[in-house]
Amino acid sequence: MSNKFYDNPVIKWVEYRLPIFSFIDESVGSGYPTPKNLNYWWNFGSLAGIVLAIMVATGIVLAMNYTPHVDYAFESVERIMRDVNYGWLIRYIHMNGGSMFFILVFIHMFRGLYYGSFKEPRELLWIIGVMIFLAMMATAFMGYVLPWGQMSFWGATVITNLFSAIPIIGDYIVTWLWGGFSVDNPTLNRFFSLHYLFPFVIFGLVFVHLWALHVHKSNNPAGVEIKSSEDTIPFHPYYTMKDLFGLGVFMIFFMFFVFFAPNFFGEPDNYIKADALVTPAHIVPEWYFLPFYAILRAVPDIWFISAKLGGVIAMFGATLVLMLLPWLDRSKVRSARFRPIYRQLFWVFFVDCLILGWVGANSPDAVFHGIPFLWIGQAGTVYYFAHILIIIPLVSILEKPIMPPASISAAVTADGAATKPAE
Amino acid sequence: MSDTADTDDKTRRDFLLISTCTVGAVGSALAVWPFIDSMNPAADTLALSTTEVDLGPIAEGQSITVVWQGKPVFVRHRTAAEIKDAEAVNLGDLIDPQDDKDRAQKPQWLIMVGVCTHLGCIPLGQKASESKGEFGGWFCPCHGSHYDTSGRIRKGPAPKNLPVPKYIFLTDTTILIG
Repeated sequence: MSNKFYDNPVIKWVEYRLPIFSFIDESVGSGYPTPKNLNYWWNFGSLAGIVLAIMVATGIVLAMNYTPHVDYAFESVERIMRDVNYGWLIRYIHMNGGSMFFILVFIHMFRGLYYGSFKEPRELLWIIGVMIFLAMMATAFMGYVLPWGQMSFWGATVITNLFSAIPIIGDYIVTWLWGGFSVDNPTLNRFFSLHYLFPFVIFGLVFVHLWALHVHKSNNPAGVEIKSSEDTIPFHPYYTMKDLFGLGVFMIFFMFFVFFAPNFFGEPDNYIKADALVTPAHIVPEWYFLPFYAILRAVPDIWFISAKLGGVIAMFGATLVLMLLPWLDRSKVRSARFRPIYRQLFWVFFVDCLILGWVGANSPDAVFHGIPFLWIGQAGTVYYFAHILIIIPLVSILEKPIMPPASISAAVTADGAATKPAE
Repeated sequence: MSDTADTDDKTRRDFLLISTCTVGAVGSALAVWPFIDSMNPAADTLALSTTEVDLGPIAEGQSITVVWQGKPVFVRHRTAAEIKDAEAVNLGDLIDPQDDKDRAQKPQWLIMVGVCTHLGCIPLGQKASESKGEFGGWFCPCHGSHYDTSGRIRKGPAPKNLPVPKYIFLTDTTILIG
């Protein structure tokens, strides 16, 4: 497409054989037209990509000093912390990087929900995103097992036992996952192997995610498609600069935790070596799993489905149901800016997710001002599914949206001035 | 190729194509099995699958925990009162109905896997100082399951009784689990 590189004879020679320069330019360069109205909520995808790269880089170095054996894993992590040069820094970056990755991806997903980024023609883009999220959760779970502390061991025990809820073959699956009759050395070995593999699977999915993104380009806060070149600016230098600025702000946040509160997101019990005969008083997963943990525990026995199986179905269903959103939301208007009712319900859903996280952090027997946490968790779970499966479809049919601007440009020019965003 | 009609030729080609694809697909699927099965317990893991326990030193009212297949096994020398409690229960009141006689070969010895059937935590109740739950047996702190003096689930999210492993009495005071 662009002939601008062809002046340099070396680039010209390479480009003729492998058009890599134009490929880069059309992906993240001046040859990629991007909506000119993107706000800072559009920074989080690229930030998540950068954190993925940071996780791989720190992870490779950690693997050079880590021993995946039940007798040495805990000690090898302590050795990394105490003896390996800058081992403490690299491990704390990796450890907190996991939390950062989830913070960024949660914001990225809520942004998609708010601005309707999942809608036609970006359904596959959204579904691939949900798959990335699932792969991230699997990777994070297995990574948390590797230090072989008490939470590692008991988290692994509780989560792998979830599969025993599957009728008939459940117990065989659990034995197969463990490679034995309990979480033990074979389990630790395979989790290490898979924890190293999965980030590359995520890389592959991210590539497909970006491929699909570049077909119809980014959605934008107005939620209207690009109509003409008036609506776009080149990705480079405009959004490379904006993303870099956002990266600077984010790194301040990230490094604050790495240097000043490295164990803020962790559990003290994980600095006790795994003991198969002592269960910690209160097993809690990492914070990013808490809403799902609350859903797992909220489901009672329903008809012939046991609480255990029902909880597992609800927990996995909570993520998988997101894949159906493009078809559940029938509103042609994407952005919540022009959807007065959906916009309010979006925030109700956001608060519901926070409440579920708060319930997940508490013991199911605990009571909050006379209300058992179990009830709060059940109410939150019912709303979660009702929001996605009932409220979103109904609102998308019944709500009368505000007329969106004719184009991205029209929103800020005289002829589009009539349609002021309701935000 | 003969001069027969195209349709005959097509049928033969289709047959070859379909049978080749089928054999190829089945073969590839079968080749996956070794990889899947390699993740099942290995021979040395299986070899550690029995444990012998000397019951002699366990006084009435005491419990010990032994390790079998990497899992804790509760061995409890039950008191007469506990046995009476366990036998007196109306089976209709149980979540997972099972007679106490089917759970203990000799009523004073209760032997079972000490792993909560909910999500695999280890219930409390082995030590005198620990909570035994509302039914005087065991209590799982993770998600609040209560077990009675026969290790049967009475309250909470666990769906099943604590499982009784296969065991035999080698002598009056030694058992072989597994």
